[in-house]
Amino acid sequence: MNLLTEPIGAAHYLAVGAVLFVCGAVCMATKRNALGILMGIELVLNGANLNFIAFGSRLLHADGTPSIGLDGQLIALFVIVLAAAEAAVALAITLNFYNNHSTVDVDRADELKG
Amino acid sequence: MADFFINHWGWWPWLSNLLAGFIQCNLLLLVPFVGAMFFVWVERKVSARIQDRLGPTRTGGKFGWLQLLADGLKLITKEDLMPGGADRLLFKLAPYVSFVFSYATLMALPFANGWVALPMNVGVFFIIAVLGLEVFGVILAGYSSASKWSLFGAMREAAQVVSYEVPLGLCIVTPCLIAGSLDLITIAQQQSGWLTNWYIFHDPFTFIIFWVYFTCATASVNRAPFDLAEAESELVAGFHTEYSGFRWLAFYMAEYGSMFTVAGLGAILFFGGWNGPIPIMHWLGWAYTPDETHWRTLGYLANLLGCLNFIGKCVLGVMVMIWVRWTLPRLRIDQVMKTCLKYCTPIAAVMFVGAAVWTYAFPGGIWLKSSTPTGEVRESAFADGNNNEALMTSQQSASTVAKDEAR
Amino acid sequence: MNWHTVYFLLFSLTACGFALAVVLSSNIVRMAFYLVLSLGATAGLFFLAGADFIGAMQLLIYVGGTLVLLVFGVMLTAQSPFISMKTHGGDWILAAIVGGSLLAILMQSAFSMPQWRVGPATADQATIATPTTTIVGEGLLGVRVDAMADASAAQQAGVLSGYLLPFEIVSVHLLVVLIGAAYLARAKRRRVLREAEA
Repeated sequence: MNLLTEPIGAAHYLAVGAVLFVCGAVCMATKRNALGILMGIELVLNGANLNFIAFGSRLLHADGTPSIGLDGQLIALFVIVLAAAEAAVALAITLNFYNNHSTVDVDRADELKG
Repeated sequence: MADFFINHWGWWPWLSNLLAGFIQCNLLLLVPFVGAMFFVWVERKVSARIQDRLGPTRTGGKFGWLQLLADGLKLITKEDLMPGGADRLLFKLAPYVSFVFSYATLMALPFANGWVALPMNVGVFFIIAVLGLEVFGVILAGYSSASKWSLFGAMREAAQVVSYEVPLGLCIVTPCLIAGSLDLITIAQQQSGWLTNWYIFHDPFTFIIFWVYFTCATASVNRAPFDLAEAESELVAGFHTEYSGFRWLAFYMAEYGSMFTVAGLGAILFFGGWNGPIPIMHWLGWAYTPDETHWRTLGYLANLLGCLNFIGKCVLGVMVMIWVRWTLPRLRIDQVMKTCLKYCTPIAAVMFVGAAVWTYAFPGGIWLKSSTPTGEVRESAFADGNNNEALMTSQQSASTVAKDEAR
Repeated sequence: MNWHTVYFLLFSLTACGFALAVVLSSNIVRMAFYLVLSLGATAGLFFLAGADFIGAMQLLIYVGGTLVLLVFGVMLTAQSPFISMKTHGGDWILAAIVGGSLLAILMQSAFSMPQWRVGPATADQATIATPTTTIVGEGLLGVRVDAMADASAAQQAGVLSGYLLPFEIVSVHLLVVLIGAAYLARAKRRRVLREAEA
């Protein structure tokens, strides 16, 4: 209960980020639907973003001196934009796969299997 | 309001905060509820007159103004149907998702100087972001209804809304560029004064951008010539085919609430918001000057009249949308997409560049005299809540350095 | 237990709960919807941490753009409900073991540094925030306004130059990527027809 009564610091944000990251990683590992894997990637990126924001936030550190300052927010911004680009490409690949194989099950993508 | 409760009546802080928030939320909730009902009545009357008939004339006397109450009662008492193959959770959730996002945009919309539920300095940005999220309610409704027409209508509508966000964003950014701030109150206050202070008259590019904004806003709320996704002759009723009763009412309120929001946004960005064509309040000395912090009765009255002015402009905007709906024929979906990608986006982009060049070439405007010079607006963006002197001077020196570099 | 803690708990439980729901659900459309809610709650966490501009960007780009794209993809590749793509039990157990151990390591390291655990001194400090839009915008233009006060130390650390080059690179990158994605996903009906004839 000590964790709840103390003021919210960066560690709490890191914990939430860790949960999101692990959920995303498990999602990437277990889903058979290609779009499910893509959703896992989005969760992973968001977990990492939370980390950056937490370290760059003035409100979560004692006496208002964050460890990386504005850089954290700007890196998170670039991650968001690049995640959008990567989601577009992943979706294009998935659509292409669907057009050729009429399924999005990644277990059926074994034509290159040796 | 919370301070009033705490200081004057000595209540507990958490209770007064909660109560103040509750009251303000309810006041805002009146806007989609009452507004939707009022606009339904207006639409029926206006469309009737355009089509050379009379509209509702029986319920409530000569003008049929109780028709809206009758409509509301009917919708609430209707049987709650759900298609057999529908995804139950998503079916029930979709209208509320749509309504919540439509209502959330109203939270950032200021109705008078300082009268805004959520004072944000990124108000414009927040409204654009949340307007784009409304499409989720539509997609969920279309998917979960387990009906062909719903799915087609929903996907078409989602594609349309998402495509029109691009020129809409460009159109919205232009007045923000001229004002130098993303805060809606600041943008509206910059246009206080005479009619010529309004941004629509600032330069010819902004004038054209307003018409592109109106087109994109109409497409964004799926109204008027762009309502293929919910047209009766095309897809039964599109994504809300399988909805009836209160769930349909939630969608309807979301749609009219969004119409009100985009009309209000247009009023603030281009028509000066609550500042009237003639600065009466400033002449009388009733309006708040930028330095004032104390609450005055006459200032409150000036704000109230400004709020009525703003609502009047919103209603005018919505009436023009209704008028356009019943005048112009419907566009096909490929025509809708063509309008967005081949006409609206390039025009908006070129006008944006033109407005930017104009602002650079004539910094104060030619015939426009803002209430505060743009430089001062940009400086004040660095002020923090504590008015931290060291922070402000260091950042002011930084911005002067930036200005020197830009020159 | 001040308001900051309450809101933090609200947003973080929503984000984590719906992220877990994404993992455990088997219906792809519901997964997409839960992801929307999870990322929306993450945007709320960004707002709480004082990054209001980034929170708004998360809502606008990530939730309003990327996830809408994802949902479109889900709809376009929708398969009949009888085809079930469930994961086998053995895979779940393995994933749970690996995920659980990773979570344990990350949690332990998150709470290990005492400097990270110390929050702001008073409750007031937790909620007053300077607006970050102008600072972030100026940073993207190459002027690091927040480092101006201590310019020499900042120059030595190399942070004075701003983010103009990454900004331009990302803009061109987005353009290239989107053109490529549109080309990749174009309809190739003629080829399928020829294969069907052959």
